[in-house]
Amino acid sequence: MFQQLLPIIKKEFRHIRRDKRVLAILTFVPAGLLILNGYALNYDVNHIKLGVYDQEKSERSREFVNSFLTSGYFDYAESLTSSAQATTMIDDAKIRAALVIPPDFSNKILSNEPVDVQILVDGMDANAATTIIGYAQVVTLEYSQKIVLNELAKMGRGNYIPIQYDARIWYNPELKSAKFLVPGLIGFILAITAIIATSLSIVKEKELNTMEQIDVSPIRPINLIIGKMVPYALISLVAATLVLVAGYFLFGVVIKGNYFYLFCATLLFIIAGLSIGLLVSTIADTQQVAFQLAALLSMLPTIILSGFMFPIRSMPWWLQILTNISPAKFYLVILRSIVLKGVGLSAFWDQIVYLMIFISVVLLISVRRFKKTIG
Amino acid sequence: MSDTVIEVDHLTKKFGKFTAVDHVSFDVKRGEIFGFLGANGAGKSTTIRMLCGLLASTEGTARVGGFDINKEPEKVKENIGYMSQKFSLYEDLTVEENINFYGRVYGLSNHLLKERKEWALEIANLRGRERSITGTLPGGWKQRLALGCAVLHRPKTVFLDEPTSGVDPVMRRKFWELINDLSAEGVTVLVTTHFLEEAEYCNDIILINAGKIIAGGSPKELKSNYIKTPILEVQCANVIDAMSLIEKQPWALETSVFGTHLHVSVENEEAARGHIQQLSMQNGLDVTHVEKIIPSLEDVFIYLLDQEAKKN
Repeated sequence: MFQQLLPIIKKEFRHIRRDKRVLAILTFVPAGLLILNGYALNYDVNHIKLGVYDQEKSERSREFVNSFLTSGYFDYAESLTSSAQATTMIDDAKIRAALVIPPDFSNKILSNEPVDVQILVDGMDANAATTIIGYAQVVTLEYSQKIVLNELAKMGRGNYIPIQYDARIWYNPELKSAKFLVPGLIGFILAITAIIATSLSIVKEKELNTMEQIDVSPIRPINLIIGKMVPYALISLVAATLVLVAGYFLFGVVIKGNYFYLFCATLLFIIAGLSIGLLVSTIADTQQVAFQLAALLSMLPTIILSGFMFPIRSMPWWLQILTNISPAKFYLVILRSIVLKGVGLSAFWDQIVYLMIFISVVLLISVRRFKKTIG
Repeated sequence: MSDTVIEVDHLTKKFGKFTAVDHVSFDVKRGEIFGFLGANGAGKSTTIRMLCGLLASTEGTARVGGFDINKEPEKVKENIGYMSQKFSLYEDLTVEENINFYGRVYGLSNHLLKERKEWALEIANLRGRERSITGTLPGGWKQRLALGCAVLHRPKTVFLDEPTSGVDPVMRRKFWELINDLSAEGVTVLVTTHFLEEAEYCNDIILINAGKIIAGGSPKELKSNYIKTPILEVQCANVIDAMSLIEKQPWALETSVFGTHLHVSVENEEAARGHIQQLSMQNGLDVTHVEKIIPSLEDVFIYLLDQEAKKN
């Protein structure tokens, strides 16, 4: 049984070594993809260019503007001279928000009247606009609070604030989207390489007729399948390591949890990808078709259905059921648990079970089909 | 132990309503070179695929090396060698890597592999080219390497599916010398070909048409058993015109063009010679030479296929 396996694995490595492109695709493209996506896919909103239309230009109004700039989220971009100018500058994307301070700003505060300040926000990117409004609200509230506290102090009430609000964000305290995305990207990249590489390597044998010689030899289909999978699994593991190393150095993603669990989960996920690749190879007869089918099957579910970009919880129920066709869905939960939370097996064992069920089903179908197509 | 290596008994394969192989029966003896002839789509490849244990038969059975093709296809595979018409070794591996791979797959030990590798390199005349990438070798060399790999594990039976297609005549000749050597060692060779001059090298031949065997025997038997009437070879200036004329004559049974000659099968040689002279004079056919010939295999097959066509 194993006397057949070794020569197949050896031969497969030789093919990979001879075809430098495949080797490059399998090892360096994943890390490259991470770098590209890691920087491009940035949900973080900071360095917001702020235009200021200060109609009062008093000490107090400048103090208010400064509280925006020292918050760390806003950068002073332009001093505006009219509301109309604010609109044009936002239209031209020279600023993303404009702060409009009325001429009676200090006077109203001194006379204990409410003041309306206006913040104009570029709403083209809805998520970013919501975030900007949130930041502006916090800055304004803090400034108002300061005024109220000063008044209270004058009345001898000291620094009393009824409820102290103290938010702590766990696992990703700086709320950096890279930390959330890197694990997702690992899943995405591994899915692509594993599915495409296996399906291509098998379909290539069909297309070049080398499968015929294999068919008439006493090689058992199961040995051929394992022999094809082992090299790509090993290379995918190397690719996964490279991506994690790149994630650490470029985006500061530290693996908090257990390396052994991470290794096992990753191996399981790679096997899931290889099984899908095997399934593709039983459907496609040419490398071109295999590539397109594999690319479609690896990318679409991983991007849309895995929770990589769109939260599964906010999908309609039927789409939530459909998400189970993406093994990345299970892997991402495990990966985020291990990498970001550093929690143990109890937090994600169910996902491991789902992943195993997924592998069994896909492998069963594809091995059957595979045996039918070859002898 | 019987001397029959391949026993085929009413072997039939249907694909849906289409019958690709229709109750084919034949025996092949040890050490024989057995030719399997027929047009493309006649059912040659389907038969070979069944005999190699790749396809199960719909009806009938066959035993190869004593193993039933339907019940023990794995045993069949272990004991045969197969070479396909389309090159099916790895072009991106070296000569030696291909040999090593197939040697290991068939479970050869280190010692045996080394010995068989030397032998394969010898017969394929590839000594010194072990490290060449297979894809860079010329066509004839590739075919010899393919044969070498197919018989690495010393199978008792070898199936060669159109082994010489796309190979130049000199290489083709050398290839047949190889096949003869194998046969001399006691290896049974079943070969398909559409080069009829190659069929002459075979000990036994069957001709298959539309899934059925229409003739069988040694080349000599085929030539004497099927065509009873004399064949005249007619040399003339314009073969096409001559053929269209002679075809219509009642004394001409079969007429076919062979290059610059006509082959005409007739009932009576002397009478026909007279008829041909007469036609030549009347129509200016310019017949330069008429000679009685021993029919070639090609004559036989054209005759047999014509008979088949007339039946339908």
